[in-house]
Amino acid sequence: MAEPAHPLLGLLDWGVIVFVDAWRQGTSSAAVAATAGGVAVAGFLAMLVLLTVKGWWRPLWRDWLTSLDHKKIGIMYIVLALVMFARALAEAVVMRSQQAVAVGDPGFLSGEHFGQLFSTHGSIMIFFMAMPFLTGLINYVMPIQIGARDMSFPFMNAVSLMLTAAGAALVMTSLVIGRFSTGGWSGYPPFTGIDLSPGPGVDYWIWAITLASVGSTLTGINFAVTLYKERAPGMHLMRMPLFCWTALCTSILMVFSMTPLTLATLMLWLDRHFGFHFFTVDAGGNLMNYANLFWLFGHPEVYILILPAFGVWSEVITTFSGKALYGYRSMVYATMCIAVLSFTVWLHHFFTMGQSAQLNAVFGIATMAIGIPTGVKVYDWLLTMWRGRIRFTAPMLFATGFLASFVIGGVTGVILANPTVDFAVHNSLFLVAHFHNMLIPGLLFGMIAGLQFWFPLAFGFRLEERWGIFAFALFFAGFHLAFMPLYAMGLMGAPRRSSMWQETAFSPWLAVALLGALMIAGGFIALIVQIARSVRRRSALAVPAGDPWDGRSLEWALPAPTPEWNFPVQPEISCRDAFLEAKRVGDAHQMPDRFEDIDMPRPTAIPAAIGAALFLSGFAIVWQIWWLAGAGALTALAAWIARSFQRETTRTIPAAEIERAHRDWLETLRHTAPVPRERESTPENRGLAEAPAP
Amino acid sequence: MSENKVLHPGLNLHGTDPARHSRAETTIFGFWVFLMADLVLFALLLATYGSMSVHGVAEGPGPGELFDLKLPLIQTLALLASSLTVGLAMLHVKYRSDLRGLAIWLAATALLGLVFLALEALDFHRLAVTENAPPQRSGFLSIYFLLTGTHWLHVACGLIWMAVLAMQTAAWGLDSPVKLRLLRLGLYWHMLDVVWVAIFTFVYLFGALQ
Repeated sequence: MAEPAHPLLGLLDWGVIVFVDAWRQGTSSAAVAATAGGVAVAGFLAMLVLLTVKGWWRPLWRDWLTSLDHKKIGIMYIVLALVMFARALAEAVVMRSQQAVAVGDPGFLSGEHFGQLFSTHGSIMIFFMAMPFLTGLINYVMPIQIGARDMSFPFMNAVSLMLTAAGAALVMTSLVIGRFSTGGWSGYPPFTGIDLSPGPGVDYWIWAITLASVGSTLTGINFAVTLYKERAPGMHLMRMPLFCWTALCTSILMVFSMTPLTLATLMLWLDRHFGFHFFTVDAGGNLMNYANLFWLFGHPEVYILILPAFGVWSEVITTFSGKALYGYRSMVYATMCIAVLSFTVWLHHFFTMGQSAQLNAVFGIATMAIGIPTGVKVYDWLLTMWRGRIRFTAPMLFATGFLASFVIGGVTGVILANPTVDFAVHNSLFLVAHFHNMLIPGLLFGMIAGLQFWFPLAFGFRLEERWGIFAFALFFAGFHLAFMPLYAMGLMGAPRRSSMWQETAFSPWLAVALLGALMIAGGFIALIVQIARSVRRRSALAVPAGDPWDGRSLEWALPAPTPEWNFPVQPEISCRDAFLEAKRVGDAHQMPDRFEDIDMPRPTAIPAAIGAALFLSGFAIVWQIWWLAGAGALTALAAWIARSFQRETTRTIPAAEIERAHRDWLETLRHTAPVPRERESTPENRGLAEAPAP
Repeated sequence: MSENKVLHPGLNLHGTDPARHSRAETTIFGFWVFLMADLVLFALLLATYGSMSVHGVAEGPGPGELFDLKLPLIQTLALLASSLTVGLAMLHVKYRSDLRGLAIWLAATALLGLVFLALEALDFHRLAVTENAPPQRSGFLSIYFLLTGTHWLHVACGLIWMAVLAMQTAAWGLDSPVKLRLLRLGLYWHMLDVVWVAIFTFVYLFGALQ
């Protein structure tokens, strides 16, 4: 075994810092690692300097990090997702570059470094890009759509955010101190066991994932309870916007499926450091335990990721087609079917790992069956667009790009669901192409479209269209260039996760894939430029009246940005698309007879303290600094208990303040010129939609 | 408003304390969902146990050689009795704001919980040291210790929670937050009991039958 841990510093020494390591090794691979670490450190320092120069520390702490407001928590989730997205996307470009030059040549990355790259890329994209992104969107939008003032459990909401952020911070730390796992995002033992993967890498993975998965379990509970209990009077389940339905299904999946992951990672840790035998090859351990537990989580996870995007599509397509959703009920049932079926197919992730052919057939058929409700959805979207007056705004472009691309991914999914075909192409780039084909057009496009669609709610101004369209063009073309070649290469026998190739016939395909990856990176930059330019032009893009797209559901009935209390008085709902109906009959913006005081959650530092303590604890466990691990865990527990002793957890917003704000807004509305749909992308759009023709 | 008539599973306050009951609705429902998520954990542990107690014994001793029913039976009785006492404590929460009765029954519950923890710890010690069957010996023993250890930790957490609530009840009496927390503690304690019944059946009884 390795040398025992130092009582004070655990396994830490100078050599684990990536810069020292690069200096000692002097290889190109280590230089790349040091550059990445340098970028991370420089970015962190730049953030500290910016906060100090601008004097933003106090507002950051007072208005954001301690806030329990679901809207601010949602925004913070999305900021976290975008930061992590930038890193994982850069890693994808580095990997594609390595693969493009490493034909008959070792390239510039070592195999071990390449392994870390695909492990962090996958883990980040799933747990720290996709999950925070969808959690953030649901956090912001869902309570408003159902007519609520906040989540059922605002404190727990903030704790979930901080746990996720702590996990993300662990992954970022691994860039500078030590190394990350090389076991992929799924971390299969025995490869990730202590014998084949000694060192801190796998432990970083374990604790980053564990923190994030516990956070997601709590999020799932919070979303589900909010959807069941906080709906405004008259907001029956069957009147909810479809985004809320997908949020409900996703949250139920989270409650049930995050636990298997937490358990699997904890068992792996016990195996690694305490000699347990859950997944070892000897003494009765069995890696199939891991495969089953992981994919019991992993397959529902796929639908946790995709369903909220389906919800976004339903909102975007109806709004920009100017039509009610076609087949609302069939959409709801399809969503529910997908959620239930998602628990019946996990075995298709390991068709080749030794079950009987009959069992494989059962799971293969179940997998193909998921194509049916998904197909229903695709037809419903198409029929919603049919004969609609479609406006091709950036989110709508993403939606059409999604429909065209996603169907290809769905078809390859059905191909893979056939166990006999899977035997031939599993572990090949065909599989990599398939799941990127589902997750980029499905999830990522959906999240970006949601961001562009709902951005005005959060900040009070639209995002300008032009750079949004550039972003779409680059993402869309880039995706196809990057992943269509991988289908071909997979069929030619190219294995996934390979850092170099002997087969020279791959060269042209790899060059195209690299070009595609660069274009996707360009799309991300265009998205950032779009946001930055829009911030600069925010007064021209402002939509204070709150309804820039002639929206249908309640979130558009409020001023933009949304006031802290969401609704000045509790809304009463009598039909689907309630706000659209109110606009039709002409009573969309009313002055209520009377206002009441509103209790809103008071800010608290405890969630941030819990997150920080558990981050330290996780870091300490990775480096076996046991005193710090214990201290961190105890601090988190103490902070949690301390919360139960806080008596004043809400603050009251007086009715007069709410009345004043509402009166001002109605005044603004009176001075706002309604805009027809043809000119919604021009500065004339101040957020008041022209009344529809009677 | 008919809000007060919306009942949730478990002890309801609507008859005796309607104002607090209307606030209980969301909180208690949320806690049920949490309990469900926690039960998923135990379901997975039990399923893994089901597999590994057969296939993971390897060279080590199996369930039939290791388990002695005497201690688990006493533990079971202690935990079942504690479910009764916590139930009586909850009746005090519901029907009278009698802090003395509540304190007595909660103390009895805590005592029985401690007895359970101590006996379980004794059993762990017997297995790991006397029988030379620590969790590192085989896959079966790994999952046995993880399953029962997880339950043990849950009971320990319940006791810490009970101590915190005892302090809060002493300081503030039975005001809304404390009352709702006590109701949730009751639910949590019953769930631990249900889980233990499953463990006793599938681990000890089935094991002893082998």
